[in-house]
Amino acid sequence: MLQWMLNHRSAPRAPAALDALGDATRRAIVERLSGGPATVTELAEPLSISRSAVLQHLTVLEGAALVRTEKVGRTRVCRLDPAGLEAVQAWAADHRQRWERRLDRLGELLAEEEG
Amino acid sequence: MQDLTHDSFTLTRDYPVSPERVFRAFSDPGRKRRWFAEGEGFIVDSYALDFRVGGSESAAFRVDTPEFQSEEIRNQTYYLDIVPERRIVLAYSMSNAGVPFSASLQTVTLEARGDGTRLTLTEHVTFMEGADGTERRREGTEQLLDSLARELAAEAVS
Repeated sequence: MLQWMLNHRSAPRAPAALDALGDATRRAIVERLSGGPATVTELAEPLSISRSAVLQHLTVLEGAALVRTEKVGRTRVCRLDPAGLEAVQAWAADHRQRWERRLDRLGELLAEEEG
Repeated sequence: MQDLTHDSFTLTRDYPVSPERVFRAFSDPGRKRRWFAEGEGFIVDSYALDFRVGGSESAAFRVDTPEFQSEEIRNQTYYLDIVPERRIVLAYSMSNAGVPFSASLQTVTLEARGDGTRLTLTEHVTFMEGADGTERRREGTEQLLDSLARELAAEAVS
């Protein structure tokens, strides 16, 4: 499994995503974006916070690979990035690898008991 | 609606010890924990084993390595059939940060081969997250936010 994770080094880390979601405002932003893309202004309005506050939160969310933003003309458009949530799921989905490692450890345990 | 994805795999190992010794590593909680829950990069938060037909196994652990750290992974196993030193049939599910992500049916058979044992593990697994799509992404996000809210609420009262 360690080898699998090393091979997938480009995948963002699960704890960054969950740390980023530890803030209520960022959760609200992610929730809003799960319904579709939005501009920074559209995100700020229902939260009654400034655009610069939203931008700060977006920086954290982008760092956790939960959100992607791009400048379209003079507007910044934000959308959910599936990579952040999927990184955890991708690791979790590798049952075969997990059992390969477990059976290896079983072999080591049996060898230790013999000697 | 969420799609489910299914997968199957078979693993075999030859161990140079008797079937009785291999079986003991499944039936004895202290031994089982060591190869099943513990390992480099794993932190075991809890482990319990009641090895009998109708019994269960519960494990909670996290991955902690330089490359990757997880939230709490829970593994819940139910034993469906046990023939000592021959066969174990079980079902188990896994969750990550309180969100279930897989359910499996697994069989383990032990066959004496000379002085050793051939172990065959076959698993059929169903994953709750399907192929990428906006609807599923939304549901995945909501689930994650719900489970996070539950965790934070639990922390607030503890």
